[in-house]
Amino acid sequence: MLWALGLWLALFFAPLAAGRFTVYLLGVILVTGLLAMSLNLLVGHGGAYQFHHGAFYGVGAYTAALLITKTSLPAWVGLAAGPLAAAFAGLMIGSLCIRLNKLYFGMIQISLGSLLWILALRWYDLTNGDDGIHGIPLPEALSGSGSAFTFLLAVVGVCLLAMHRILESPFGTTLRAIRDNPQRCAAVGIHVRRHQLTAIVIATFFAGVAGVLFVVLEGSVFPDMLFWVLSLEIFIMCLLGGWFTFLGPMLGAAIIVLLRTVVGGFTEYWTLILGVVLILLIFFLPEGIMGAGHRLRLYRRRAAGPPSRGGDRAAG
Amino acid sequence: MESSFSLAAFLGQFLVGLSRAMILFIVASGLSFILGVLRVPNVAHGSLYMIGAFAAHAIATALGNHPAGFWAAMVGAPLIVGGISLAAERLLFRHLYEREHLMLLLFTFGLALILGDLTKMTWGADYRSIVPPPFLQGSLDVLGTALPRYNLFLLLVGPAVAVALWLVSAKTRFGKIARAAAVDREMVGAIGIHVSWVFAWAFVLGCMLAGLGGALVSPTISVTLGMDHTIIIEAFLIVTIGGLGNIWGALVGSLLFGVTQSLGVLVLPQFAIVFPYLAVVLILTFKPTGLLRSVW
Repeated sequence: MLWALGLWLALFFAPLAAGRFTVYLLGVILVTGLLAMSLNLLVGHGGAYQFHHGAFYGVGAYTAALLITKTSLPAWVGLAAGPLAAAFAGLMIGSLCIRLNKLYFGMIQISLGSLLWILALRWYDLTNGDDGIHGIPLPEALSGSGSAFTFLLAVVGVCLLAMHRILESPFGTTLRAIRDNPQRCAAVGIHVRRHQLTAIVIATFFAGVAGVLFVVLEGSVFPDMLFWVLSLEIFIMCLLGGWFTFLGPMLGAAIIVLLRTVVGGFTEYWTLILGVVLILLIFFLPEGIMGAGHRLRLYRRRAAGPPSRGGDRAAG
Repeated sequence: MESSFSLAAFLGQFLVGLSRAMILFIVASGLSFILGVLRVPNVAHGSLYMIGAFAAHAIATALGNHPAGFWAAMVGAPLIVGGISLAAERLLFRHLYEREHLMLLLFTFGLALILGDLTKMTWGADYRSIVPPPFLQGSLDVLGTALPRYNLFLLLVGPAVAVALWLVSAKTRFGKIARAAAVDREMVGAIGIHVSWVFAWAFVLGCMLAGLGGALVSPTISVTLGMDHTIIIEAFLIVTIGGLGNIWGALVGSLLFGVTQSLGVLVLPQFAIVFPYLAVVLILTFKPTGLLRSVW
């Protein structure tokens, strides 16, 4: 974890050392990575089939965008309200979803999330429909690209720290226990649904933070942020980085964003390549890069010393 | 505004909704069938629908828009889609059946991404449309309302597909084995049945329905890239409110979806598409497992 902290601190100097485009790209990675990590909180650690996580990202972004452009409230209020609105949407949709398990949960979520998408797309007077909202005025302190990046990096750092604390807490342990065996958890007196719903609210809150940061980064919002394709794309990031690791989704997001930038430069068939990457991952690297690295270290340790008991987090 | 509530407008919109519902049903029933047997939401279903439409156009054009070309397209397009899905299933998908459902879903997403771009490579981004045979063109006059013949034709095809699919799943040996394999695949395997091939044919049958839906819709809309994206969401909603895996549920869901949308046009044109989604939310709030019994 120390290297991650070092990397985070080093990134604060990026606006001084790197060009505008590099800084922008780093911003995209941080925002997408935060979104993927918030999804992983539910899927990797909570075992919930959160199929339409992008909807909450969109709710966060649209709430901020609408409050800033349509009301006279200070912009900071809009930015702060985004995550709260996302968490509220998470509470509403989540309490409908958790009545059922696994795939049913996922299907209901896609259905309800799509309602939000269709509202963003069709409520033309409010949301500008297909065109989205552009040129959202930001607070003075965030107007430069350098200061926006610093803000982004600081917020993402705080969120990661908070998520780490949550996952290491008794609550996080309970969540993983529920993922591995919900029946047994219920039998020992854990309120399974309440824990899951809490996890959904937490994860959708962070998705909302990512949505607000998108507004800070781009100054605009689009209905595509709530479309199901994005929700599955962030699944790919979690898969690529590693489901059962903490920072895996951030790594996955970085790779996908960079790959898209590089590949998009010389072919219009980026989704084809993404599809091939996804299928290769499913077949050959289902634990992701960090998951495979973790396993490799485990094997080495076993080969070197006496066999250890426990501590092995098997993927399942 | 008042004049749009006339009987003629109502009937016309109702028929549009019904025929739209038939297309939705054909696509959604395939999705539901795959869900019932393989327990996988096939995200590639929308792409296969789009390929069905493009393939139908290609076949009809190759035969010089002769009336027979239309029928060749209606048969050929689902077969092409079936071939693609069989290849994907045998080469890749079948190796994943033991894995988590999430992985199966992500695989079908990967397939959707690949098929979407392959369609773009093969057919490009132009708008296309095919012409139905002469006797399906024009409209019939019923109670002073002009009802397009092609929409009436769809009203015959939809129920025919429903009955055929019900017969396959309830009355044939294949259907019975498929339903048994969905419940306990190891037991079915133990009595000497190749479960893997049962899954393959179930998958191919479901995908062919997506292709058929695409072929049937091609005379009514312009065939273009991106038509895969909304149909899959609509099909997902329909199977969810109908009860996962239930064919009749898919029919009920499609009717509800198509008709609420088309009648919504009479009330609030701009928000017409929101009505079916609201209906879905209401249904799922009060009956989360869908209207009819899920096969799960």
